Amino acid sequence: MISLNVNGKNYRVDVADDIPLLWVIRDYLKLTGTKFGCGIGECGACTVHIDGKAERSCAIPVKQAQGKKITTIEGLPQNHAVKRAWIQEQVVQCGYCQPGVMMQVAALLSQKPVLNADQIIAKMDDVICRCGTYPRIKKGIKTAIQMTKKEVTKS
Amino acid sequence: MTTSISRRTFLKATGLTIAVSVTPFGFSLMNASAQKEGSFKPNVWFEITPDNKITITLGISEMGQGSHTALGMVIADELEADWRQVKIVQGPASEAFKNPVMDDQITVASSSVRGFYEPLRKAGAAGRAMLVTAAAQIWKVPEEECTAFNGTVKHKKSNRTLTYGQLCLKAAKLQIPKEPRLKKESEFRYIGKPMPRVDIPEKVSGKAIYGLDVKVPEMLYGVIVRPPAYGAKPISYDQMAAEGVKGVRNVVPTPMGIIICAETLDAAWKGRNALKVQWDKGTHPQMDNNFIEKTFMEDLDKPGSVAAKVGDTNKTLGEAQKKVEAIYFVPFVAHTTMEPMNCTAHVQKDRCDVWVPTQAQLVSRMLAAQFAELPPDKVQIHTTLLGCGLGRRGAPDFVIEAVVASKISGKPVKLVWTREEDIKYDFFRAATSQRIQAGLDSQGRLIGWSHKVIAGSIMKDIDPKGIINGVDIMSLWGLLDFPDAPTNNRIMYEIPNFYVEFLLSNLPIPVAPWRSVQNGPNAFVIESFIDELAHAAGKDPLEFRLQHLRSNMRPRRVLETVAEKAGWGKPITKGQGRGIAQHCCFGSYVAQVAEVSVNQGNGIVKVNRIVAAVDCGPFVNPDTVKAQIEGGIVEALSTAFKEEVMFSNGGVKSANFDDYKIIRMSEIPEIEVHIVKSNEAIGGIGEPGVPPTAPAVANAFFNATGVRIRRIPLTPKVVMDALKKA
Repeated sequence: MISLNVNGKNYRVDVADDIPLLWVIRDYLKLTGTKFGCGIGECGACTVHIDGKAERSCAIPVKQAQGKKITTIEGLPQNHAVKRAWIQEQVVQCGYCQPGVMMQVAALLSQKPVLNADQIIAKMDDVICRCGTYPRIKKGIKTAIQMTKKEVTKS
Repeated sequence: MTTSISRRTFLKATGLTIAVSVTPFGFSLMNASAQKEGSFKPNVWFEITPDNKITITLGISEMGQGSHTALGMVIADELEADWRQVKIVQGPASEAFKNPVMDDQITVASSSVRGFYEPLRKAGAAGRAMLVTAAAQIWKVPEEECTAFNGTVKHKKSNRTLTYGQLCLKAAKLQIPKEPRLKKESEFRYIGKPMPRVDIPEKVSGKAIYGLDVKVPEMLYGVIVRPPAYGAKPISYDQMAAEGVKGVRNVVPTPMGIIICAETLDAAWKGRNALKVQWDKGTHPQMDNNFIEKTFMEDLDKPGSVAAKVGDTNKTLGEAQKKVEAIYFVPFVAHTTMEPMNCTAHVQKDRCDVWVPTQAQLVSRMLAAQFAELPPDKVQIHTTLLGCGLGRRGAPDFVIEAVVASKISGKPVKLVWTREEDIKYDFFRAATSQRIQAGLDSQGRLIGWSHKVIAGSIMKDIDPKGIINGVDIMSLWGLLDFPDAPTNNRIMYEIPNFYVEFLLSNLPIPVAPWRSVQNGPNAFVIESFIDELAHAAGKDPLEFRLQHLRSNMRPRRVLETVAEKAGWGKPITKGQGRGIAQHCCFGSYVAQVAEVSVNQGNGIVKVNRIVAAVDCGPFVNPDTVKAQIEGGIVEALSTAFKEEVMFSNGGVKSANFDDYKIIRMSEIPEIEVHIVKSNEAIGGIGEPGVPPTAPAVANAFFNATGVRIRRIPLTPKVVMDALKKA
């Protein structure tokens, strides 16, 4: 039995402890927003947050995620700056890679000290989008930063 | 927003339903509300129900190209609907959904908006006219006094308004007008304006369902163990060991490979490992990239079939003031859609359900029926969202595999490909070697062009009728127009003597359409070679092109626009270069200017900027036009700098994104897209952004270095070798 905390909920699943976290999230917890792209941590489609850090769930055995706080795209609030920016800038095409891309950007946005757009963009070379949305991902990042700044000023 | 409905559910609904029926002679509109089941074959339809909702059902696939939104906009605009009351749903497989320009229910060849623009405008306009008539009848006033406005009909004189929901039942009883009045451009509410795509919110939320996300009760997982080399057969394997893995249900050899069905994906993969298959060496054990390239070069010296012959090219070349000759090579490229191939099938005694991210519903249904041994009307194709298509999902191999796996196990089976399998068992973009000889007269005018093309057959698996006298027509897309070609897809330059010869490569590597099909590789060759000719003629590359486009205004206009926007002719920093290229395909004309910096020390080429101009005739959603051209450019840059499938021991060596490189974010330049308005026929937009990019970049490289690139990808090694050779 493996115990997992995903999006604030506790789960107990009966799986071998060497199965990649990705497949437990998708096939056992039925949270299919996290995508399978390569299985070797090269494309970023499977990116989730583990204790706030962007990690490749396809390359992490599920036992290593026990006792940690996992967040998937479904657990990223609907009003999160990244989700809103992605809609505003019409970033998405097929959309398959975008949950992973958004999770990576969301993690970078919350990093301290705060990163600027160029610094975030420079850390995005380990994700792949095959539709070619990179120019709009860059725009989305800039817009999400603006949105986050406004939220900080307001609060 | 995009959900699947069955035809039966749809037919049970009541309200005003407008259908479009496509025939070989055009299309006709019908009021499907009055039709009984079985007697009507609507193509694309929409329905207005008393709850004031408008449901638009589309048979095309949504793979990020934005056609669901665009076609929804077309209907909603002519219908004068309120966009907020519109819902777009994915339709089932049905002959009724055939695209008029493809004569098939298939989402390829940038054909969705191109094929459905006119029929759907008329369908929307017919609905609007009927709703107005219904209101006039209810109010007992002349129709001319009633106007449709944003989901309602208004009678200004008496200040009365009825919603479409209130009017739909009355309108359903009316005759459909045959030639409804279409809106003028000035009346458009949505067409031509940037509209947010309907599929994006769901995709951003993480709740969008792609093929790999399908869940069916009692579903098993299927994997297939396929040969590592072309034509290889299994010598031995340990079936017992695989069957002994916990959770494995079936291990069955088939002509496609050994199918393993298991309760979990993990068990299926462990079963595959336990099989320990020994394979023979296959049909081409010596085949690797050197062998392939050598074969392609040798094929250039073998006689081929004549594909085009205008004038006397041989004589012209003999008399030419200047003769230019060059050989080009473009390697095999993989699709690598981010969602690997997959399909879920459930074969039962009297029905078969298939959940699949496909670009080809009717072919999928036909083959599913064949392998399920059921009539096609017992097969339901549930099209999911596609995690990119690029042409790969026009092939039905994964559908057959899932149906066979379900038949074997008697359960629903989700057949899953790994990334490694997705690359190794791809149908690649066809590699090609090409030799061109051309002649210039004393004024530097192009007088003769002789072109030889070697490529594998794309049509072989799609429609062998597309191989005419040994010429595979798709392999020559972009070079010459074939009879009945609906849009210009030839070299647009005016060349008095023109000769094209084609020879099929007989290597065993399967090929298929890949975003823009062979327009990509062919435009790289043509537009690079045009640059060589401009240089030989001592002319500016833009000027040389325009001189040979005297009566072809559309390519002229995009070239002139892109040149102006990019500052063509302005001075550029040393070490940098500027290149231009244009190409037309799928009814659209695109020109691009690329600016590059070349580091002659390490061979790294940086693209600083790409400016594009596109004339696609009328456009529906300009934001989608821009997004598609941007995406096409990014993907073309990936082929220009990164992508080449590696082979060894008679099979594919490339395996995953660690050894098959795709371009990444920091390597992407600023991209500007300018839409050139025109009133020509509407063109496609998913693919035409691809072809001009690679030649524009290679021409910019020449401008920077004086060295010509005749082979992509431009890896640092290729660049350094080229610079050293020069």
